Amino acid sequence: MLYAFLCCHDEAIVNSWTKEEDDAVLAKRHKVTEKLAAAGRLGPAVRLMPTTTATTVRMGREPVVLDGPFSETKEALLGFYLIDCDSLEDAIEMAKQIGRDENVVFEIRPVKLYLPQREAS
Amino acid sequence: MTEIAWIDPLLRSARPQALGALVRYFRDLDRAEEAFQEACLRALKNWPLNGPPRDPAAWLILVGRNVGVDDARRGKKSEPLPGDEAISDLDDAESDIAERLDNSHYRDDLLRLLFICCNPDLPAVQQIALALRVVSGLTVKEIARAFLISDSAMEQRITRAKSRVANADIPFEAPGAVERAERLGAVAAMIYLIFNEGYSASGGDAHMRVPLCEEAIRLVRLLLTLFPGEPEIMGLMALLLLQHARASARLDADGAIILLEEQDRGLWNRDLIAEGRALIEKAARHRRPGPYQLQAAISGVHAHAAQPQETDWSEIDQLYAALERLQPSPVVTLNRAVAVSKSQGPAAALAMIEPLAVPLSGYFHFFGLRGALLAQLGRIEEARVAFDKAIALAHTPAEATHIRMHLDRLMKDGELWKNNQKKSIGDVGATRPRTSLG
Repeated sequence: MLYAFLCCHDEAIVNSWTKEEDDAVLAKRHKVTEKLAAAGRLGPAVRLMPTTTATTVRMGREPVVLDGPFSETKEALLGFYLIDCDSLEDAIEMAKQIGRDENVVFEIRPVKLYLPQREAS
Repeated sequence: MTEIAWIDPLLRSARPQALGALVRYFRDLDRAEEAFQEACLRALKNWPLNGPPRDPAAWLILVGRNVGVDDARRGKKSEPLPGDEAISDLDDAESDIAERLDNSHYRDDLLRLLFICCNPDLPAVQQIALALRVVSGLTVKEIARAFLISDSAMEQRITRAKSRVANADIPFEAPGAVERAERLGAVAAMIYLIFNEGYSASGGDAHMRVPLCEEAIRLVRLLLTLFPGEPEIMGLMALLLLQHARASARLDADGAIILLEEQDRGLWNRDLIAEGRALIEKAARHRRPGPYQLQAAISGVHAHAAQPQETDWSEIDQLYAALERLQPSPVVTLNRAVAVSKSQGPAAALAMIEPLAVPLSGYFHFFGLRGALLAQLGRIEEARVAFDKAIALAHTPAEATHIRMHLDRLMKDGELWKNNQKKSIGDVGATRPRTSLG
């Protein structure tokens, strides 16, 4: 089963990481994900730009366009992974490995539809 | 967890919010800082045992408030503070306070904290130093390094600045809409100064100033999170990101400045450029152009060109024209003339800068550009006179050397002036908005 790992994090904290701290987190995660990639289990992984770049379109009779993210909670969606996991237990284990030593929150959701249509540039 | 390194980023990121709230609460910067300091010490003891709180800022505010109140009640600070059991059961209280820390409060708290620092009675350098110390929480040593002065001299400056603002009327009431907009403008200008202080550095010590740029970016990011619909704050964010994107291409091994057209564009940070351009696009939807947005857009046009010759100079010309309408200034016109010389040729540009001869009679960039344009038109003797004037007006030896080095080539192939030289903070203030694109 393909699972989405939605990485939710306090953006103020992520933004105040120094470049070294940021690089260290990425390097640490990479150690886990490169193994998944080698095993053909890693789907697209995405890191989003900060929520300050977000625009929200709320559809209704008249679509409303708003600056900022959909929700103004402290923990914002900052990126996601798609990983092929054997079971939920396996997926939870993955989250623990990827997020080791971080304050990140992973929301794990099974993927219903996956359309890999474009190679990101 | 035995490591406590993870606490640092939490304290750092919580600082502006927590300190801002404590200043509102105590109505006194020094007391708020002491209370925050004490709360941090407690966090260092408490968090490794209990794990990080769900909302670090709320935790620090609550603890800081209690500590501060205890201090005030006792009237002295030397007595031991209440034991940790007093704050061991913070979870409920924390969620309670978190509810009350709604965004609008936080917004005004942070704005107030920054606004206190950009007190117009303080010289720009003191404003910046104070903001870095108080809002960002950099140590005196770190700030002193960035300004290339001794720790004690910086300590003195910050102390002086603090006593100035302590005597000033700090506006504690929640501001009205107009006042909020004014504060936002003043604070944005100060953040831009912080960035420029880091950005305009050159020489062997330039790398020490990079933290100033990064700190300015962090502050404006924070500001934009709180004011997500302000196009000028988006513009400022974009401007800083786009300029900072070129940081690793701007200086050679000796720390000398490399002109925009000669930079290795492969060294430009594509992530920062992409984010900057995304923000420009977002801001443009508001149809409320402002100086930061326009300068960011100009920077964005440069960033978009994979090679210097692909630069869309007529677009830059139009953006400068819009900037001229919004904020008429001879320096803006001078910058526009550079774009005009590229898109329409040296004669048109020369005609454009002739009226600037009086207002810019002491401005060496004027003579640098004039010389270059004359040279392109084959008026070599007049060009030489202009170049000599430019050299005579150079502010620093580095500037003169830099210009002299380029003058020969300006003569040769019509390479144009760039406003890339080292600037003192006074200059930056005087010519704001800065229109250089190095």
